[in-house]
Amino acid sequence: MYDLIVIGGGPAGLAAACTAWEKGLRRILLVERERELGGILNQCIHNGFGLHHFKEELTGPEYAGRFIQKLRQTGVEVLLDTMVLDIAENRTVHMVGASTGYRIEQAKAIILAMGCRERPRGAIGIPGTRPAGIFTAGTAQRYVNIEGWLPGKRVVILGSGDIGLIMARRMTLEGAKVLACVELMPYSNGLNRNIVQCLSDYDIPLYLSHTVTEIRGKSRVEQVVIARVDETRTPIPGTEQVFDCDTLLLSVGLIPENELTRQAGIEMDGRTGGAVVCETMETSQPGVFACGNVVHVHDLVDFVTAESQRAGEAAARYVLSGQKAVPVLEVQAGNGVTYTVPQRIHPDQVEKACPLFLRVNQVYRERGLTLTCGEETLATFHRDHLAPGEMVQIVLTKALLERAAGTLTVSVQEAT
Amino acid sequence: MRELICIVCPKGCHLKIDEEKDWSVTGNQCPRGAEYGKMELTHPTRVVTSTVRCIGGAHPRCPVKTDRAVPKEQIGAVMEALNQVTLTAPVRSGQVIVADICGTQADLIATRDIESNLQK
Repeated sequence: MYDLIVIGGGPAGLAAACTAWEKGLRRILLVERERELGGILNQCIHNGFGLHHFKEELTGPEYAGRFIQKLRQTGVEVLLDTMVLDIAENRTVHMVGASTGYRIEQAKAIILAMGCRERPRGAIGIPGTRPAGIFTAGTAQRYVNIEGWLPGKRVVILGSGDIGLIMARRMTLEGAKVLACVELMPYSNGLNRNIVQCLSDYDIPLYLSHTVTEIRGKSRVEQVVIARVDETRTPIPGTEQVFDCDTLLLSVGLIPENELTRQAGIEMDGRTGGAVVCETMETSQPGVFACGNVVHVHDLVDFVTAESQRAGEAAARYVLSGQKAVPVLEVQAGNGVTYTVPQRIHPDQVEKACPLFLRVNQVYRERGLTLTCGEETLATFHRDHLAPGEMVQIVLTKALLERAAGTLTVSVQEAT
Repeated sequence: MRELICIVCPKGCHLKIDEEKDWSVTGNQCPRGAEYGKMELTHPTRVVTSTVRCIGGAHPRCPVKTDRAVPKEQIGAVMEALNQVTLTAPVRSGQVIVADICGTQADLIATRDIESNLQK
């Protein structure tokens, strides 16, 4: 019997396993379905990672490399090329791998760190033919950065998420012509710095409030049609533009990868696409924790690391000292707030403070985020700028939580 | 007065830079923003990240970066130069691939380990 099984060897799983080891667990198994550790960071060869955690700017492989080195100095057992199939009763994990065959292992605690995957064409229903040349941005990134293939020469990108922006620059540097980056919303979901250094630097136009209305081509993409959309995001007839291109990249969102979680009967949150968790990142199933993009999609890997370290620490505490039943508060997303993580807080388990992450539903300037309990406002957190693409963190102190008698609600203040 | 979005870190501060007052910067939340604002308008630079061919290893490409920012107008030349490189595994993260690439004073370095196929 293991103390802990960590599912996923990306940044979340690596940080969780390292911290659980530091906190005293000795029988830890980390299971990764790829042939190497590091997860998606291995293909994110651009820089900008680690400013919070390492206080320096690293590329994805460098960031992953530091945690892989750290893990190698522990006694954490790693199984590569191994896929977890099921989490059954009593934290029994079924897995299958090329070198291990079918294996069943039991653990006192489990950490879910499976990350997320990209939304494909089918998820957004673009009309038109179904030729070759349509890739998710992350697939194209893997082809270019890991395999060394350029998937196209004339490219249109739908969606202005960070992966799409990064790929606009990457394809340009490798000799492709990126004709346009097309965004449905009136604002980009990517980081400002990426709009500057990936689009503006290379004179790639960004079409806000536009979408792809048709894909043309028989065996390969030949043309992509885009049109302006109105406030209801409906294409406006007569505003169409046609691009002659051979490739369409999709950067239209990420979905936490929770097949195992659902199969295990763990309570899910429809807004995040991840498990409902409390402040220790424990799910509805005692001893099963979750962290990183499998819980909610993060903007920065540094935040994934911090969250996963908390999960690793909590899992170690769970195994070494057990758990007492303590009162729990629900956290609700109020006006203007799309979701919060955690969704539940046990004030008695909070040592000094616990972070609360949330996203807002539109762009706001100069607003307060209020934390209320019934009629009482417990705290207001001022923010100069709020946007759906930027995860917001507020810190709830123990003193604050002790004043709460029931359900907590976080809302964006009305404009004054 | 010029307005820029700072790209030093993911915060993306909205900078205002006054060309007439020795490129003085406001709107920055840290000193690096002030430095960036002035640099961006007088002498813009970028770190270049890409990959080079690698033989004998688990992967056909090795990710690389310039160990410091290079002048923006040199990016094309750096890409051209690194396209001429072929590495042989094993490669170590931090290993210098091309010293002083294109006379920029920046070294091109590997950003990951690639083990040799033969060792296994």
